[in-house]
Amino acid sequence: MTEGTENLVDAAASADASSRRATVWEQLVRNTSVMVGGAIMALMVLIAICAPLLGTMDPSDIDPAWRNKKPGTERTLTADDGTQSTWVYLMGTDTLGRDTYSRVIYGAQVSLAVGLIVAVLSLAIGLVVGMVSGYIRWLDGIVMRVMDGLMAIPGILLAIALVSLADAGLVTVILAITIPEIPRVVRLVRSIVLSIREEPYVEAAISVGTRLHLILIRHVLPNTIAPLIVQGTYICASAILVEAILSFLGVGIPPETPTWGNIMAEGRILFRVFPHNILFPGIFLAITVLAVNMLGDGLRDTLDPRMRKRL
Amino acid sequence: MFGFIIQRLLATIPVLGMVAVFVFLMLRLTPGDPAAVLAGDNGTPEQIEQIRQSLGLNEPLLVQLGIWVGNLLQGDFGQSYFFKKDVAELILLRVEPTLALAITTLILTIAVAVPIGVIAAYKHGTWIDRAVMAFSVAGFSVPVFVLGYILIYVFAMEVKLFPVQGYKEISDGFWPFLHRLILPSITLSVIYIALIARITRASVLEILGEDYIRTAYAKGLTPSTVLRKHALRNAAVPIVTVIGIGIALLIGGVVVTESVYNIPGLGRLTVDAVLGRDYPTIQAVIIVFSFVYVVINLLVDLTYSLLDPRIRY
Amino acid sequence: MTDAPTQPILEIDNLTIDLPEGNDRRHAVDGVSISVGPREIVCLVGESGSGKSVTAFSIMGLLPKGQLTPSGGAIRLMGENVLEASEERLRELRGARMSMIFQEPMTALNPTMTCGDQIEEVLTTHTDLDQATRQTKILDILEQVQLPDPPRMAASYPHQLSGGQRQRIMIAMALVLEPVLLIADEPTTALDVTTQEQILKLMKEIQKTHDTAVLFITHDFGVVAEIADRVAVMQWGKVVEEGSSEAVLKRPQAPYTRMLIGAVPSFTPHGRPREAKAPVVLATDGLCKTYGGGGFFQRARPVHAAQDVSLEVRRGETLGIVGESGSGKSTVARCIARLIDPTSGHIYLDSDDIAQASQSRLRSLRRRVQIVFQDPYRSLNPRRTVGASIVEGPMNYGMSGAAAYERARELMSLVRLDPTALDRFPHQFSGGQRQRICIARALAMEPDLLIADEAVSALDVSVQAQVLELLDDIRRRLDLAMLFITHDLRVAAQVCDTVAVMHRGQVVEYGDAASVFSDPQHDYTRALFAAAPGRGFDFGGALASG
Repeated sequence: MTEGTENLVDAAASADASSRRATVWEQLVRNTSVMVGGAIMALMVLIAICAPLLGTMDPSDIDPAWRNKKPGTERTLTADDGTQSTWVYLMGTDTLGRDTYSRVIYGAQVSLAVGLIVAVLSLAIGLVVGMVSGYIRWLDGIVMRVMDGLMAIPGILLAIALVSLADAGLVTVILAITIPEIPRVVRLVRSIVLSIREEPYVEAAISVGTRLHLILIRHVLPNTIAPLIVQGTYICASAILVEAILSFLGVGIPPETPTWGNIMAEGRILFRVFPHNILFPGIFLAITVLAVNMLGDGLRDTLDPRMRKRL
Repeated sequence: MFGFIIQRLLATIPVLGMVAVFVFLMLRLTPGDPAAVLAGDNGTPEQIEQIRQSLGLNEPLLVQLGIWVGNLLQGDFGQSYFFKKDVAELILLRVEPTLALAITTLILTIAVAVPIGVIAAYKHGTWIDRAVMAFSVAGFSVPVFVLGYILIYVFAMEVKLFPVQGYKEISDGFWPFLHRLILPSITLSVIYIALIARITRASVLEILGEDYIRTAYAKGLTPSTVLRKHALRNAAVPIVTVIGIGIALLIGGVVVTESVYNIPGLGRLTVDAVLGRDYPTIQAVIIVFSFVYVVINLLVDLTYSLLDPRIRY
Repeated sequence: MTDAPTQPILEIDNLTIDLPEGNDRRHAVDGVSISVGPREIVCLVGESGSGKSVTAFSIMGLLPKGQLTPSGGAIRLMGENVLEASEERLRELRGARMSMIFQEPMTALNPTMTCGDQIEEVLTTHTDLDQATRQTKILDILEQVQLPDPPRMAASYPHQLSGGQRQRIMIAMALVLEPVLLIADEPTTALDVTTQEQILKLMKEIQKTHDTAVLFITHDFGVVAEIADRVAVMQWGKVVEEGSSEAVLKRPQAPYTRMLIGAVPSFTPHGRPREAKAPVVLATDGLCKTYGGGGFFQRARPVHAAQDVSLEVRRGETLGIVGESGSGKSTVARCIARLIDPTSGHIYLDSDDIAQASQSRLRSLRRRVQIVFQDPYRSLNPRRTVGASIVEGPMNYGMSGAAAYERARELMSLVRLDPTALDRFPHQFSGGQRQRICIARALAMEPDLLIADEAVSALDVSVQAQVLELLDDIRRRLDLAMLFITHDLRVAAQVCDTVAVMHRGQVVEYGDAASVFSDPQHDYTRALFAAAPGRGFDFGGALASG
């Protein structure tokens, strides 16, 4: 941009910035991606929390008599006192006669939990390692070599290999997905630290005798928050996907636990006849990941416009 | 230039070294005694001890690492627990399908992603831009295997355009070979196209804000000339970089896609090895994939100097 | 001026350009009328935000779409209104009939194309000349812009050339098709003063040989004095004064012009008497800073950013370090502030040598040296109130919050800002005000030595004059020693008692400001002074008599 227009646009930007604190929320509310993504996410969280109240049955209830039913199949249940009621298999049943609808609804719990925990864990670890690495020269070399090594192993492959080490379970899966995400967060934080420490206001703080830990907390840390929130949403989306992939390949969370990946893994065998066991969880999974990604894009545009360049 | 190549080559050694150490430690952290596994259910304690000796399992950890790395460098990846075969041999048998799938996917990706990214950047803010961006977010969100099954359902089962699953070697004829690769390649490329289209759009958009683009317009050039001769060329370095980094995504996708389409490649081998807790094979596959990934990104680094005259080594 | 009235090459008639909604004013350019006659150089002068560049870009039709739109008036190039021209017609005109050169030669050329190819592109776009003729024309124009070895220059990429050479390439590209109008948007602002002199000279010469009309945008009255035939002064989107260069510079009429010209620092040193017995606050002895060297495969040559620099500053005095970019003047300042570690030599603060002091010992010494940086927009943490920035230092050394804020209020008054504004954020202040806040932050530490590292360079000339005056006032009132780093000789003449001229990491001349300015000894110093634009023109004097 030219000097003239830049100043003009700057003038506009600074008029805008003067009321920035008040408008961050307004900007978020005005952003369609944030609103749509956020709304779908809120709905999914609600579904996960209220799973028992949504007309579900026990998702692990096996009923050999009602195996492989198409969506919409009706069944008459007789209670102990003799009253009869009709149960509709909204999404059909799987090869063991479990209700797919119930399993899909309960599956939201695992997916969202994995997404959130992985995001929080990798951000927390990455933030600490990245900050320390960006400010302590001799440590930086070592840390970055380890990170380079970790990054040289394609993420999903590393996760698959890591789950094979321990007994399959939620904790193993979460750790296996978190570890490959850490190097990217470390690099992001480190690059922010390295660029902020060159800022004149940080040098001014050094000149007035501010101690290192205060410089990090006061001047560097606040600059990492917006990019980390954005990065966190992307990690959450990717973690939900990777969890589903691990379960689908049969190396993730044990098959009796209802997760979207597990339901689809079950459904693979009879896919040609009963595609619903792949389609329904697949749609839920895709919509959830889409919502998180949209939320991430929207947050990036409002909180951290400079990051548009990155992915 | 030559000095730079040497330097970059040397710089990959510590990276690959880290990978080797990780993978080695992973094996040593696993539960169970490899010797006992190799000896099988009927192995006598003597047999097990003999295997322990031959594998060097009684040596200190560092010596074991040395032996193992030494074997790796000679192409000896050890014995598969599961297939009871040389792992190296096993891998060689599985390379062709994976390589074929990766190459077709890569070609498809670049042919689609770069043009739509450039158009989106030029038509910034219009419905075309929004459509490309929407596709890109969606492409990023649809799980590879869900997409795979949808494509099979639509194009192989409802409309019988393609075979449902399976793989034919190129020696069985080019068309049967390619025919079976089309659906898997499309499946695998969608997420990759989403990634590359996005970075292409972002880089071109950024270049379009540069001073020399204004200079180009001030010379009286048409928008298409500006786009082709000035913008795309300067945006090439970040695009190529992400194509290189995206190989990681591609490798992850290969594992899933091969499972969905029943293609007997390295991805399937990985899954089978993990399911069978076949640690030597898992190690070997990780090492091979990481090696390929590092080498590709090394090549990407070396192309920078061809793309941007400012980068001279 | 007895010439018969000829048709002007460029005629801007009552041009109005709207700003996007939500700005503090409605028009970027408001009813501007300027004309440029054949073979005439018209300077458009103004401070940032005056609308001078917007006017220039609107002629080329290069305004950012959707942000700035011409809403009234006409721009006639040889009688043709370009505001009504189609995109296609505009493309025909650009590069052929009118062309433009820009401020930043570093970024205005495509880094992935050779300079020759970039010039050739103009020819292929607008003419049907064959390959051989194009090559001849390219080499010919490169010769005309006085570049050495034209074939090599044509084959070079922009990054292989210096800033001055790149600007010559830009001029060659602009003039290769002999346009009738050349628009130059601050073409020398990013260049060092000696390079600026050469480019200005070249533009004058080549304008004569090519009979080109030139619209020259600048903020620098020195440049105006060098190059302009006529001048138009802009403020807030309006032309406030127009006339011949001679008339406007010597007898400015509009109050704004008078203020602007009055604010240009005089070249004559202030000549205030020095206190010979004042104690030495800072002395450097053989200070060196070397970068690089070593490197395993690429034998990086060590860069001697500062070599054997020995200076001293006494209490109540200002030492100016003057030099062009890359001369090492900022390196010296940053070594003294210990933001970087000197390679060798001594830095004495009173009697303490801080050159190799450890971080822990440094902490107690830091408060004695404070620094004010160049960029007022990056010197304050945008997320903290200015009060928090000012009290940070004193509170680091144990002052209570209440006492520190009390002191901050006093300092705000001292730097002539509203003491109640401490709870505001930096973005609510202008550049000049932010620089005052930075000065207050430095003074809060009660330093013995204040370093101003190009502290007024980013400011408009009128604001610059105020900040300079403030710095001088503070130095006097607090009896401070000051180290003043600048590339601007006029500024140095105004504030310094002693001057050190740096060139390629070395001090080439060092002495009393009065004697250095009146009788420079070193060749480089002489060249530097000779290159200063408008040196023959005493702005302060002009105003006194006018």
